Amino acid sequence: MSAVELDAAHVLGALSEIPAGEGRAYAVAGRQVAVFRLRDGSVRALDAVCPHRGGPLADGQTDADVVICPLHAHVFDLSTGACRSGQSDVASYAVRVEDGQVVVVLPGTSGSAGRTG
Amino acid sequence: MARRARDDDGRRDLVVVGNGMAGARTVEEILERGGAERFRITMFGEEPYGNYNRIMLSNVLAGLESEEAIFLNSMAWYRENAITLHAGVRVGRIDRHARTVRATDGSRTPYDALVIATGSSAFVPDIPGMRTVGRGFHQGVFRFRTLDDTRAMIRYARTHKRAVVIGGGLLGLEAARGLQTHGVDVTVVHGPGHLMNQQLDAAGGYVLRRGVETLGIAVVTSARTVGVLGDTEITGVQLADGRVLPCDMVVVAAGIRANSSVAATSGFLVERGIVVDDQMRALDDQGTPDPAVFAVGECVQHRDQVYGLVAPLWEQARVLADVLTGADPSAQYHGSRTATKLKVAGIDVASMGVTAPERPDDDHIIVSEPRRGLYKSVVVRDDRLIGATLVGDLEKVAPLIQAFDLGSPLPEDRIALLFDLGTAPAAVGVAELPDETTVCNCNGVSKGTIAACVRGGVASVSGVMDATRAGKGCGSCKSLVAQVVEWAADGDLEVDESASWYVPGVPYAKAELVALVRERDLRSVSAVFAELAPEGVEDARSKMGLTSLLRTIWGADVVDERDGRFINDRVHANIQRDGTFSVVPQMKGGVTSADQLRRIADVADKHRIPMIKLTGGQRIDLLGIRKEDLPTVWADLDMPSGYAYGKSFRTVKTCVGSDFCRFGLGDSTALGIALETRYQGLESPAKLKLAVTGCPRNCAEAYVKDLGVVAVDGGRWEIYVGGAAGAHIRKGDLLTTVDTPEEVVTLTGRFIQYYRETANWLERTYAWVPRLGIEHVRAVVVDDAEGIAATLDAAVEASVDAYRDPWKERDDPAEPGQFRTALPLTVLPQVPVR
Repeated sequence: MSAVELDAAHVLGALSEIPAGEGRAYAVAGRQVAVFRLRDGSVRALDAVCPHRGGPLADGQTDADVVICPLHAHVFDLSTGACRSGQSDVASYAVRVEDGQVVVVLPGTSGSAGRTG
Repeated sequence: MARRARDDDGRRDLVVVGNGMAGARTVEEILERGGAERFRITMFGEEPYGNYNRIMLSNVLAGLESEEAIFLNSMAWYRENAITLHAGVRVGRIDRHARTVRATDGSRTPYDALVIATGSSAFVPDIPGMRTVGRGFHQGVFRFRTLDDTRAMIRYARTHKRAVVIGGGLLGLEAARGLQTHGVDVTVVHGPGHLMNQQLDAAGGYVLRRGVETLGIAVVTSARTVGVLGDTEITGVQLADGRVLPCDMVVVAAGIRANSSVAATSGFLVERGIVVDDQMRALDDQGTPDPAVFAVGECVQHRDQVYGLVAPLWEQARVLADVLTGADPSAQYHGSRTATKLKVAGIDVASMGVTAPERPDDDHIIVSEPRRGLYKSVVVRDDRLIGATLVGDLEKVAPLIQAFDLGSPLPEDRIALLFDLGTAPAAVGVAELPDETTVCNCNGVSKGTIAACVRGGVASVSGVMDATRAGKGCGSCKSLVAQVVEWAADGDLEVDESASWYVPGVPYAKAELVALVRERDLRSVSAVFAELAPEGVEDARSKMGLTSLLRTIWGADVVDERDGRFINDRVHANIQRDGTFSVVPQMKGGVTSADQLRRIADVADKHRIPMIKLTGGQRIDLLGIRKEDLPTVWADLDMPSGYAYGKSFRTVKTCVGSDFCRFGLGDSTALGIALETRYQGLESPAKLKLAVTGCPRNCAEAYVKDLGVVAVDGGRWEIYVGGAAGAHIRKGDLLTTVDTPEEVVTLTGRFIQYYRETANWLERTYAWVPRLGIEHVRAVVVDDAEGIAATLDAAVEASVDAYRDPWKERDDPAEPGQFRTALPLTVLPQVPVR
């Protein structure tokens, strides 16, 4: 829990591990992060665990805007993490692709864990 | 015979003549009131059996119920209650002065109290040719009154093919329907101008007639039978207008007559029945009540009424037991208001009170929809319901019977209440629900939550469902959710165009969508969005439905986009609450082997499966398997997928069939396995659960499956469709009856394909079949009325050919990371911090 963890970038793995339109989950720096590769080629990253009953968001179905949790169909905005079906929001993270590698930026533990909304 | 000493144990002798429903029920009521301490009970029954439920004989005839199942009191019951039963013995005379009854076997039995419960028997008009001189009825002529009558009819129906039923009342129609199940061609001949003229007016009778004719039973009304033709074999019946109806058996169901001859010859007053007073005492021929002799049931005439229904008989039995045992010495019977609710040949009919107005000021409200098979009529006098008739739809029967029984005043807007006219009564219904009422039980959404959502500005049903998730669990509450939304919006509802769309993100109904997909050769979900969605925008909620539809249309030639699939279909297993999966290997027809069981046990040990569960579909479910372990589990099992996860053909439940079961009429196990082998894994708009059962005992629950097959007598198979026993309970509709298992397999495929092509996404057959109407489904699937049978057969054949066990993907994953964990499990791929 030291201050050097502020806004650390982490390489998660090759983008080719994530099929188009799907998500994959990664454990990184004590967090569980779901990364989604949209059909337009862009990527999004959210907390991997649904706040409702702990469903695996990486297993959800997506479109350009949202992911639907596979357990009880709660809907989360892929860009902001805001829940559109009445549950708590999830954190969203900055994520990009560099040289075919997925890179996620996690806020430092001293921050508010990047929660939005 | 010497009279038993009355004081040997202080008890008196109670003799009951008649062991039918009235006699036995009266004895039960007496025993309940401590009668065993007061009376030594002796019963005489003409039939050589215990006591059975005569009403159920039509079910026995139709093969829906076994003989054993309709017995109310077995022989053991009589023994246990120390009742002396003389079964198969007729009482010929009652000696009122000596207080003894004389039976035709020569015995005399003394009584202190006597109950006459001789019931009624079939009335057989004197029609030439019906009786053979000196030998009673012609061997091909049957009555429908007793178990023996029923057995004889079933036996005869096996070798005869055409029946005429004389009488179009309740019993006649039940006989007709029952005979039909034995493959007999039936014509009902009825004297009056419309069916069930005792209970229905002409318009109601017409609606019933249409329903009966739809079942394939011919009806001839206003027809008097004047002769039965043929010598040893019957060849037909002759009508008064000269017509001859060819047939080889005749059933007479022309009404019943009270069995009162014993009472009449013994000096009691008999008119249409044995005349009784309000305490059920029989009157002698001078009109004086006999203090020791009572009568009860259908043989009785009380205040000029003779009842042929069971409810009045129960009321009479209670009064009689009160009087006899002294439980209430002043109990009185004042007659019954008879409201009847019946299923006549499978059609709902209810009737109470008068069928038509009798005075100029009586209100008479009629809704008559013969084409839909609905008829409702009520007669109201001075704000009181005095009569009602319903055919085809008994939804309103409970409040009507209540209003009729209690004579309670009807509310001012009674017409709306009774008939759902004009304003939607459902809105009245949901308006009255308290706010905290749970509307969606799956997701725990209350009426108040839905109303608040509407007040918050969401003005469409689908919008409210999205926002609250009401109706998004099992889906069975969707219509109720819609009603609550409509009520809360109070008219300000946005027209929900999307309600008719196949999926929410593509603005077309299924038929249009299918046509466009074919026309533009769209073979992937993303192509459908690009071409047909508004501005080409993809929609996550629509992907699963589109994936299923494209597979139905294109079979193996679809472009498989895995993100179009729900997680279950990506990994071929059913996701559980903790993110683990369940694995259900195929077990065709629920038949397994020692080898399979051994392998399953080994897998369970090796992978430390936390739970092994038998499913309702007769398979074995291995629960708690991690996604990453699925391929090894499948490999170790080396069994094909049982498809316990998809919107697809799931399972065929069977009974043990004819190989082992002593009741089995057909090899249900083999047929079930054949069906599952052929149609395994077919994608469909919603899941399909099937069953094949070897006899109408229905051990495999075939009546409540999407498609259920029942073996019936004569090597035939009934196919039921649209049944359900989940969130909804519905008995399937009889699609048809066929002669061979091959026809079952063909029609099953055609039915499934028609369902695949026309049902909405997630619309189960229990909703789809009633939406189209069983007549329509039958016309297309069985009779090929639209000429598409061959196309449907070819399409399902192509899908069958495209089948591939999805668990083979264990050796060749369809995509990267297909079986990688997705959380929230403990072991995750760890990555280094840069």
